[in-house]
Amino acid sequence: MLENRKFIIIGVFCLVGLLYAARLFYLQILDDSYSLESSSNSIKRVIEVPYRGQIYDRSGKLMVYNTPVYDLYVTPKRVKIPDTLAFCRMMDLSLSEFDSIMSIAKAYSPVKPSVFLRQLSKEDYARIQDALVDYRGFEPVMSSMRTYPSHTMANALGYVSEISKKKLENQETPYYRQGDYIGHNGLEEAYEVELRGRRGIKYMMQNVRGVDKGSFKNGEFDTAAVAGKNLYTSIDVDVQRYADSLMQNKVGAIIAIDPGTGEILTSVSAPTYDPNLLSSRLFSKNYRKLIANPYKPLINRPIMASYRPGSTFKLIQALIAQQQGTLFSNTYYGHAGSPMRCHCRGGNNLRGAVQNSCNPYFYQVFRKYIYHNGNPNTFRASAIGLQEWHDHVIKFGIGEKLGVDLPSELRGNLPTVGFYDRAYMHHGESRWKFSNIYSLSIGEGELLISPLKLANLAAIIANRGWYIAPHYVKGIGKLGEGIPEKYREKHYTDIDPQYYIPVIEGMRMAVAAGTVKKEADISGIELCGKTGTSQNARFGHDHDHSIFIGFAPMNNPKIAIAVFVENAGWGGVAAASAAALVAERYLKRKTEATKLSEWLMKQNYMPPLSMLPQPRVAVPAAKKPADTTTKKVLPNDSLRRLRPMLTLARKEIAGSGQ
Amino acid sequence: MARNAEISRNIDTLTVVLYLGCVLMGWLNVYAAVYSPEEQTHLFDMSTNAGKQLMWIGTSVLLIICVLVIDYKFYDTFAFVFYLFMIGMLLLVMVFGSNINGSRSWFKFGGFSLQPAEFAKLATSLALAKYLDQPGINLTKQKDLLWIGGIIGLPALLIILSNETGSTLVFASFVIMLYREGLPGWIPLTGITLAALLILALIVPFKFLFLGIAVLCGIVILLLPRYNRNVRNIIGIGLIGGAMMLTATGVDFFVNKVLQPHQRNRIKVLIDPNVDPLGVGWNVTQAKIAIGSGRLDGKGFLEGTQTKFDFVPEQSTDFIFCTIGEEHGFIGSMVVIMLFMALLSRIVILAEKQRSKFARVYGYCVAGIIFFHVMVNIGMTIGLMPVIGIPLPFFSYGGSSLWSFTLLLFIFLKLDSRRTNSLFN
Repeated sequence: MLENRKFIIIGVFCLVGLLYAARLFYLQILDDSYSLESSSNSIKRVIEVPYRGQIYDRSGKLMVYNTPVYDLYVTPKRVKIPDTLAFCRMMDLSLSEFDSIMSIAKAYSPVKPSVFLRQLSKEDYARIQDALVDYRGFEPVMSSMRTYPSHTMANALGYVSEISKKKLENQETPYYRQGDYIGHNGLEEAYEVELRGRRGIKYMMQNVRGVDKGSFKNGEFDTAAVAGKNLYTSIDVDVQRYADSLMQNKVGAIIAIDPGTGEILTSVSAPTYDPNLLSSRLFSKNYRKLIANPYKPLINRPIMASYRPGSTFKLIQALIAQQQGTLFSNTYYGHAGSPMRCHCRGGNNLRGAVQNSCNPYFYQVFRKYIYHNGNPNTFRASAIGLQEWHDHVIKFGIGEKLGVDLPSELRGNLPTVGFYDRAYMHHGESRWKFSNIYSLSIGEGELLISPLKLANLAAIIANRGWYIAPHYVKGIGKLGEGIPEKYREKHYTDIDPQYYIPVIEGMRMAVAAGTVKKEADISGIELCGKTGTSQNARFGHDHDHSIFIGFAPMNNPKIAIAVFVENAGWGGVAAASAAALVAERYLKRKTEATKLSEWLMKQNYMPPLSMLPQPRVAVPAAKKPADTTTKKVLPNDSLRRLRPMLTLARKEIAGSGQ
Repeated sequence: MARNAEISRNIDTLTVVLYLGCVLMGWLNVYAAVYSPEEQTHLFDMSTNAGKQLMWIGTSVLLIICVLVIDYKFYDTFAFVFYLFMIGMLLLVMVFGSNINGSRSWFKFGGFSLQPAEFAKLATSLALAKYLDQPGINLTKQKDLLWIGGIIGLPALLIILSNETGSTLVFASFVIMLYREGLPGWIPLTGITLAALLILALIVPFKFLFLGIAVLCGIVILLLPRYNRNVRNIIGIGLIGGAMMLTATGVDFFVNKVLQPHQRNRIKVLIDPNVDPLGVGWNVTQAKIAIGSGRLDGKGFLEGTQTKFDFVPEQSTDFIFCTIGEEHGFIGSMVVIMLFMALLSRIVILAEKQRSKFARVYGYCVAGIIFFHVMVNIGMTIGLMPVIGIPLPFFSYGGSSLWSFTLLLFIFLKLDSRRTNSLFN
């Protein structure tokens, strides 16, 4: 019985054989779409790389375009060089460089073309074009190179370079091939798919000598290349470049948002570099230099730096305490009963407390807030109060990603109940209370916030209670088109609009009659703002960081802004004047406060090199500070370790690194 | 001398002739695949694949002599030892192997590399033959099936862990032998149905797939003889159809929701090369152009244009059939296919003649493995099979593959020679 199964088995074998024979008969005899007209013709695949989209600012000024250049390809097997020395001299290469390029090309494939030299300018190409006739095996291919006529905003734009091995292996859909260009960091990475377009393939027939004989089957198998789309950003190049000049010789960030739309108007990361440095043939050399620079110009500070918000955080405290019903615009606190020092006379209502940035006042506000739930156990009460506080603060986009259209946005840190439970673990659960966390009341302690989030806070206050996620895109393909839906959606805080009024009035007074009146009260822009000092001096630096957030004008605001100047000292003077000048430039389209502008440009707050760590080669990767908080460390240590991710590393690191 | 003469007398001549035909054609085509008119290498140049292949052929002849000289009982007695040794090698290669093309499955010795996975098929065949040779084995019994599944599954698992999907799939070919030895027919049928569903679920839109299954069920019900067309059978067929739809949905869910995007793409590309027109899809298009441009009688030896300059990737290994199709046309392709059909039929016929169950089972294993390789390899180049990188037996360039197929075949011929021997005694 079973023996008869051999017939079935042989039958299956023969069936497959017959099926394949039929298929081959079809492919080779019936279907003539695969014939090549002449038996000596062959098909070559030609890849068409479309032009990458250009990038514009909000008024249509060109920020990034493509310059045509030539890539020189080599097919090692066909190479015939009569005089290698003369060839190298012409190409401006050393013999060893020539050898290493050739051996890489040979290792890739002796018969397939690989890159010999990239990005020869038109001039260079013209110089060698005639001479190339004498050397066989080299083939020029038109390509393009990113060029940045505005010379600004290098970090937020990102750059275009050859795809890395890691990205090549991890791509979601197989598109890129070895040697392809891809956007890295910034907008170039975020809008890579839109900017790059889609590569096309053409099948060309060639005869044995490599002469084109037309397209194969009239292009039936071809796919047309799709040009990359242009990207319109919301950046105002004029203001951007002006802000750049204000930040010269300083370390820090300026970020300005249109509060009504969430569009980012200005995005300065200082110190910065000319984006053209990373698009030329000298890419690797320049990149190595930038990454070794102790001032870390490759960090995009508006979104990748984390600071303590300092006094600017008092604005949130004032808002949520009013909403809770524990603070009224006429609530009065003096200095007594607070462990905090203050420079003001004392005795303020809410407006005055915001204007004078009174520390004891906000100590009392926060204390009342935390203990409002009335739990008799102060430890329990603190935990309940902090949880409530956390749930309100997170609505301001703090402790979360805002969803800006750049890669590597940081989450920052908004301490939770669990965070302190872990930190005070050795005491047992809930062994901490208000007295352990009161520094949060004035924005110190364990809070970490990026400049972008503070600018967003300014926008929320300007809007009296809502924000649209900040973004750079103002159009893909055409101005106003293709903007993701999430950049139209309003996010509301759960604070009633009426509570914003005393805070805004206090902010206006802070500028018009407060400590920074001289530096920030430029006439005609009606700036409202709040200074801040991010504690830094006690971590081994000479000076604290200067912070200012604000918006202008007071009613119907057009610009919300946050400025950080590292090591610029107490009181936010440097930051406030920069914010005022940028706001003036945007609102008036010119600078009238020229004296202030000149003064600020002259200021040098660069920390001396001796204070910086030895240059270390490190990638400006987004290192989440939250990670350090989840690590199990000694309880007291965990609080001390959670310092701002200073963009300049601290002295201790410098010491331990040696 | 007398002994040698005796050995060669009892070896099946037809199989040896077919084997030599395959190997020599393979060698010439490997030469054609690497030949370039600009740099004319000769057939014996040891730096090219053709030269190396000649060396592999030479060493294969030595292997054949060894196989034939060794007593036939050796393979029977040491079957499980071979098997355990191979399992050990597969484990070792995962630790000490060199990484080639993303899979750690090669041992490197100087300029040459060996792939244990190629030999695992041989060891598994011997182990299966030995196991099934025991009296009282019944392929409808669950216990026996579990043991057999284990013998096949263990090396398959180790090979898939070292990222050699193609070599793992070859282990499915043992089903042919198991079917011959009494495996109920519904098991391979279910397997084939499942494989078809897996592929269809990913390339055919759901509504068509469901419609197709429903129509199929309807046809089956209509074709049922009247005395069998009762409610119970109709509900049963309906349930099978429902289970098929559920499986298809499950596959789709798993691929699109559970897998990571890059894993998903690897699977989709396997089944529909056009997902990646510049990568795998490019290979398939090029292979089809090369074969299609061969027409009836081909472009002539060494005259192929499409397989020169590496237009077809891996052309001396997995895509060797393209060179045959382009340079020798439909006639050449037919010769190769008929060569394999003749070889396979001959092996099956010989296997049926065996008096020991051990030799018969082993013979069917050999036939199954060669058949699976031929079907997948040629099917892939003519666009009838997903692109799975396994070699064409005796043709493709590569020492591991040639050695393992030679050993596989000649151990069978040695066992077979014993049969004729005993007849005369």
